[in-house]
Amino acid sequence: MPWMRGLCDPEGGAAHYAQLGADPAKTVFISGIGCSSRFPYYMETYGFHTIHGRAPAFATGLKLANPELDVWLVTGDGDGLSIGGNHTMHLLRRNLNCQIMLFNNEIYGLTKGQYSPTSREGTTSPSTPYGSVDHPARPAAFALGSGARFVGRGFDVSKNLPDVLKAAHAHQGAAFIEIFQNCIVYNKDVFEDFAAPKGAEDRQLWLEDGKPMLFAGDSKGIALDRDALTLKVVGVVDGDWEAAGVIVHDVTNRSVAHMLVEMPFGEFPMALGVLYDDPKATFEDAVVAQNKAASEGKSADLGKLLSKGQTWTVTEGGPEL
Amino acid sequence: MNPAALKTNVPALREGGLIIADSGEFSKRNLDKAKYDSNPLEDGSLARWQLLAFDISALTIEAVKDFGLGNKDALRCKNMWTLGLALWMFDRDRQPLIDWLNAKFAKKPDIAAANIAALNAGHAYGETAELSGPLKQYHVEPAPAEAGLYRTVTGAESISLGLVAGAQLAGLPMFFGGYPITPASAILHHLSRLKEYGITTFQAEDEIAAICAAIGASYAGSLGVTSSSGPGIALKGEAMGLAIMTELPLVIVNSQRGGPSTGLPTKTEQSDLYQAVYGRNGDAPMPVIAARSPVDCFDCAIEAVRIATEYMTPVMLLTDGYIANAAEPWKVPDLDGYKPFPVEFMNEAPEGGFMPYARDNKLARPWVKPGTPGLMHRIGGIEKAQDTGHINYAPENHQAMTDIRKAKVDGVAGSIPDQEVCLGQAGAKLAVVGWGSTFGPIHQAVKRAQRKGLDVAHVHIRHIWPTPANLGDLLRSFDRIIVPEMNTGQLKTLLRDQFLVDAKPVNKVSGQPFTIAEMEAAIEEALK
Repeated sequence: MPWMRGLCDPEGGAAHYAQLGADPAKTVFISGIGCSSRFPYYMETYGFHTIHGRAPAFATGLKLANPELDVWLVTGDGDGLSIGGNHTMHLLRRNLNCQIMLFNNEIYGLTKGQYSPTSREGTTSPSTPYGSVDHPARPAAFALGSGARFVGRGFDVSKNLPDVLKAAHAHQGAAFIEIFQNCIVYNKDVFEDFAAPKGAEDRQLWLEDGKPMLFAGDSKGIALDRDALTLKVVGVVDGDWEAAGVIVHDVTNRSVAHMLVEMPFGEFPMALGVLYDDPKATFEDAVVAQNKAASEGKSADLGKLLSKGQTWTVTEGGPEL
Repeated sequence: MNPAALKTNVPALREGGLIIADSGEFSKRNLDKAKYDSNPLEDGSLARWQLLAFDISALTIEAVKDFGLGNKDALRCKNMWTLGLALWMFDRDRQPLIDWLNAKFAKKPDIAAANIAALNAGHAYGETAELSGPLKQYHVEPAPAEAGLYRTVTGAESISLGLVAGAQLAGLPMFFGGYPITPASAILHHLSRLKEYGITTFQAEDEIAAICAAIGASYAGSLGVTSSSGPGIALKGEAMGLAIMTELPLVIVNSQRGGPSTGLPTKTEQSDLYQAVYGRNGDAPMPVIAARSPVDCFDCAIEAVRIATEYMTPVMLLTDGYIANAAEPWKVPDLDGYKPFPVEFMNEAPEGGFMPYARDNKLARPWVKPGTPGLMHRIGGIEKAQDTGHINYAPENHQAMTDIRKAKVDGVAGSIPDQEVCLGQAGAKLAVVGWGSTFGPIHQAVKRAQRKGLDVAHVHIRHIWPTPANLGDLLRSFDRIIVPEMNTGQLKTLLRDQFLVDAKPVNKVSGQPFTIAEMEAAIEEALK
């Protein structure tokens, strides 16, 4: 992961933090279990390598206890969508202000290659010698369906990934980033169909806010099929994308975001970049505000609390013990 | 008593005790429902007891007829009518109940008035009815008590207040992560209303998230607390292991209920002792404290916070459904009597450099809040190297770290009081050794046995793990030991294992607390 190398390198790392406007002492990387979750050990920040699937819950407690911290979650397709799918969903719907990097390699790497919830149907693995029969989970659609207010996508070797991460970091609230990760040991080149440099232009749609959804050297674009209420690929002649009906990407358009995360690769290019970014009040802000409002005008006098309610006094000279 | 209530409860009534039955409820239909072949009020089957049967239903309807309630609502006042009669029987003041009813039904003044009328009518019935026979008035003198200010407190309230006090004594904000479960939810409810005490409560998506969030908060420098009952505690097991491995403070409250599985959610039991002491993967030692009564929960909660923060360890506090829901009078404690144990966070590297797993004289590691400049480090569940805290799989390091974790928790025994004998003397012929909510029946039974001249002592253990330093010697001073428990013998096993003493089990797992009579019988049996 070239972009990660930058963050890990003590000197280059500082520059990256400065770029993000981040302070390593206030940054905490929290991970679950899996290849993805070794990540905190490579960072010169605070880090907590927790238990399988539960990183979102630890992050929630951490952030509620100290909202000043800059919290990154590192998870994978098994950790974040299988054993920890529940926690991922609840963190997203609560909108805890943090960044979630889900490294999707479509395989259980650390346990030597079993198929994962994102593995494509028919994946052969030690636990599915005749091929997997499950329908795979789609991380970005899952996140958006759970209420995420930021959904980004990139892949391990893409040069645009740092920009997606920067946008995620700038987003106030839960920012979900699906990062396709090539597991060179157990699931080699599973993303080559769109990630390979050769032909990438035709197979990758890099989304930019306010820009038309163009790909294939601007010769094709994404338009709305108004009859079917779906997206469609249209040809663009002489650069006249408006005439072709190509949609201008609006990162705050939730309806289009739903269509982008559902867009089947093959028939369509892979949608990458910031698919959706529309902030909403964060969980920790709401909790802090409520705690403050409920405490207003009240003292933390414990003696008063202990003697609250109906009391009575036993006087000296009463029955002896 | 209606037929169903009579059938369920009459076995618990001692011979010669008084049954007050509502004859208006003893219809053919209700008798059939309760599976009575004949009417027990008439067939002589209640001859062992005193019986007072009259039509409370009709008397209640009569008492509340001015309030325009329907028959169903009117009959709902029956409990207040009967309570009024009971207050007369024991010569007790009605005013606190009247105040309570007025407050409870502040928005429904008619209902309040009807209930008060029923209460007064029941009382007046006792005063005026020309009842010969069993109905007599008794005057019970107030129980002997130390002078001071009193209130009533339930176990759930007392734990909540103790946790608040503990957090204040430690100088920490508190974070409570919980998930609804019977009978533990009341703690979440109480703490949710105490935000001005620096408490953040979080109703998590599940039991696992509740404890993980609490550990996350402890990592951030708050006092993390979570609470549940057996099934939820089972789910939290892996996270407890992480708190043990990362050596972060945490208080876990287990309000035990009947098990296994969903078991008896609303009934009391003490069957999670093994789970508390042994119930985690790996060698995962963790201090365990058990409260004996609602009032005792307060001190136990403070003690749990002290151990957790001084030793950087999760601590489990055991109560049960009986303690959580029961209320008792409580002499409001003077907080000046509690010694503060303020937490000192590490803010800068000590001389010789910062090491996340360096240890103090209690073998506790430093507590560093993320956000502290210059002390960035990584923690996690993989085995840590001594001192540096780096990942380390070396055989000798795992041996050393396992030994350290054990020694740290064993060392807690050095900070707890010696085990006392709460009734009787060391060296008695028989010790009745209990823990948790069996305190009341054991204590009374031992008292009665002593009055009969039997050489019996009562030992009640608060510190289940590690046990007080003198416990082995104390237990060996007795000729015989019985261990009454609402399980199949869990403390008994622990005591036998730790001290090689011949502790004999006395067990009850019916979901009901021991009665004093059962305890007395067990004592007599043990002394045979």
